[in-house]
Amino acid sequence: MYGYIIRRLWQMIPTLLGVILLVFILFNWVGGDPAYVLAGKISSAEQIANIRKQLGVDQPYYVQLGIFIRQVVTADFGASWSTNEPVSHILVTRLGPSMTLLVPWLILSTLISIGLALAVAYVRGSLTDRAVMISCTVGLSISILVYIIVFQYVFAYKLGWFPVQGWGDSFWENLVVYSSLPILILLVVSIAPDLRLFRTFMLDEINQDYVRTARAKGLSENRIMWVHVLRNASIPIITQVMATLPGLLIGAFLVERFFSIPGIGREVILAVERSDFPVIKAITVYVAVATMIFNLLADLMYKAVDPRVQLK
Amino acid sequence: MPYDVPHAVSPGLWTLAWKRLRADRVAMVSLAIVVAFLVMVVLSATGVIAKDWAKEVGVNYAPPSFLGPAEPAAGAAIAPAPATVSDEPTELPIEDPLAGALAAIKNEGAAAPKAAEGGNATEGQSVDPLADVMAEIKSKGVTNATAEVRAPTLPLGGDKWGRDVLKKVIKGSQTSIIVGLASACVATLLGTVFGALAGYYGKWIDDFFNWFYSVFTSIPYLLLILAVAAVLQQKGVLTIVLILGLTGWTGTFRLIRGEYLKHKGREYVQAADAIGASNSRRMFVHIFPNVSHVVLVQLSIFTVAFIKSEVILSFLGFGVPVDVVSWGSMLNEAQNELILGKWWQLAAAGTAMAVLVTAFSLFTDALRDALDPKLK
Repeated sequence: MYGYIIRRLWQMIPTLLGVILLVFILFNWVGGDPAYVLAGKISSAEQIANIRKQLGVDQPYYVQLGIFIRQVVTADFGASWSTNEPVSHILVTRLGPSMTLLVPWLILSTLISIGLALAVAYVRGSLTDRAVMISCTVGLSISILVYIIVFQYVFAYKLGWFPVQGWGDSFWENLVVYSSLPILILLVVSIAPDLRLFRTFMLDEINQDYVRTARAKGLSENRIMWVHVLRNASIPIITQVMATLPGLLIGAFLVERFFSIPGIGREVILAVERSDFPVIKAITVYVAVATMIFNLLADLMYKAVDPRVQLK
Repeated sequence: MPYDVPHAVSPGLWTLAWKRLRADRVAMVSLAIVVAFLVMVVLSATGVIAKDWAKEVGVNYAPPSFLGPAEPAAGAAIAPAPATVSDEPTELPIEDPLAGALAAIKNEGAAAPKAAEGGNATEGQSVDPLADVMAEIKSKGVTNATAEVRAPTLPLGGDKWGRDVLKKVIKGSQTSIIVGLASACVATLLGTVFGALAGYYGKWIDDFFNWFYSVFTSIPYLLLILAVAAVLQQKGVLTIVLILGLTGWTGTFRLIRGEYLKHKGREYVQAADAIGASNSRRMFVHIFPNVSHVVLVQLSIFTVAFIKSEVILSFLGFGVPVDVVSWGSMLNEAQNELILGKWWQLAAAGTAMAVLVTAFSLFTDALRDALDPKLK
């Protein structure tokens, strides 16, 4: 087990180097000299010279790459080009609001999707099943932007059930008052694709022999669906949930932007708008690291869910 | 589709797939909708319809004059054209000296009831060298002079500047669909070539492309797009196509690589080797036709995904430039309009996109089932 984890961590190094190389090529080579980007943003020539020195723009590319790798390893990306705030501080402070939004959403979304998928798979082929699937397809086709704009207008602006936007200081206020409408919107957007996918996972299991055996020995339908089928369908579900997890940090950026939630996603948008390269570089590299770690965690979870799985 | 082959020949994959597809009513309806959108795109791109979408033809935030079927079909677009064109010279007298005369001639031909009144004509006189001729023709052709400067209502309403939302939707569909199709082609091409090389040659080439794949997939897709958008400062349709195409190839790569791994050991490939076919010939002439159905399905999956991505990018202002209209830039304008209670631009752009994406997704599902009957 530990040998497996160490080997997997070891295998991450070439991928991580690849990510670093990709980001480096993108920002140092394609992006060009930061002096051009910064010309309209920072007036003091001294400050620009400082940034150029910090990035080693005058040095050959391998020295610049070395500087970038050192930044990644020491988690010190210097200061933001537009606000002068240390990049590490930006990341740490923006993570909290994102989590307040994403953790409840992820839990609710997964639970609701699994429940609905079990129910729909149970009545497969019926009118209900087809109606739910068609509404999922139609719901999926409407842009997330339309959902956000309409929900914000109707529920916050017109009906006044939720604040139009904002963020407070206390955790509970944020969770209950400011996060509820964004979470509701994210649920509406995420349940449709998850439900469709989870339903196919359930359908793969529901015709297996063990389900017939369970029925034959007189188990209740509830037990068959929630224990036998769900446990066997959980491997692809875990893969799906874990694979989307790091992307969620970014995926929620539209909601964060509309509702002025100071999270990671909104920071990415702001950084792209302001050409704030250090922030984008840092977020890209660390989200990639998180993706790799979550993939490993997913594999470890398979073992916990299904003892037959051999980690090798 | 060659479905009228002589009956001695046993039907091929495409013939069978087309037969299955034709039997599927949902697939045929969605295909019809998709084709209707594509026809609209072609007409709009060649300038037959919605050429003058940027003209301010109505009053600011002109409300929609009819609320018919939600889908802005291509046919409906042609209907309002005469009325809008007839108003054009009165608002924009500086635009084109000949436009006024042209419109007036058209006016006469159509005998449109709405035309510029005397006051407008004199207003135009000061700028337009052909105004005399125009006024003459007008006074001959048109008797009633009660029309106003700008249309009070437009078929699907007007935007902040009084531009026709219907024409904007058509023009926006053109941008969004072309971007979606073009970037899907780029992504599928890259994924197919990479996957073919990796799957066919194996060894270090496979290792290299797998490494490349894991690097690209470890960065969340939207983050990668935004990072590329941040670096490429210039906006433009070509830039979005490149961003989406260069970042989106990973899914196809994985599928095509698997197919090539499966096919390269088959007898027909060995036979090709025996008759002396070169590697590239075996890869793209012998194996490729056998995996082309996967490519086709990928292409349509990507088109839907990239249309959605383009809308988000343009909405955020990282997509199309200001002088190009797309569904994303329309939604961006609609966001502020909704607060004022002007919902029609949001409804028009949102509905057009939802109809196309629904039809395209349903068609993609049917296509996949038709091409791979084992899946069902």
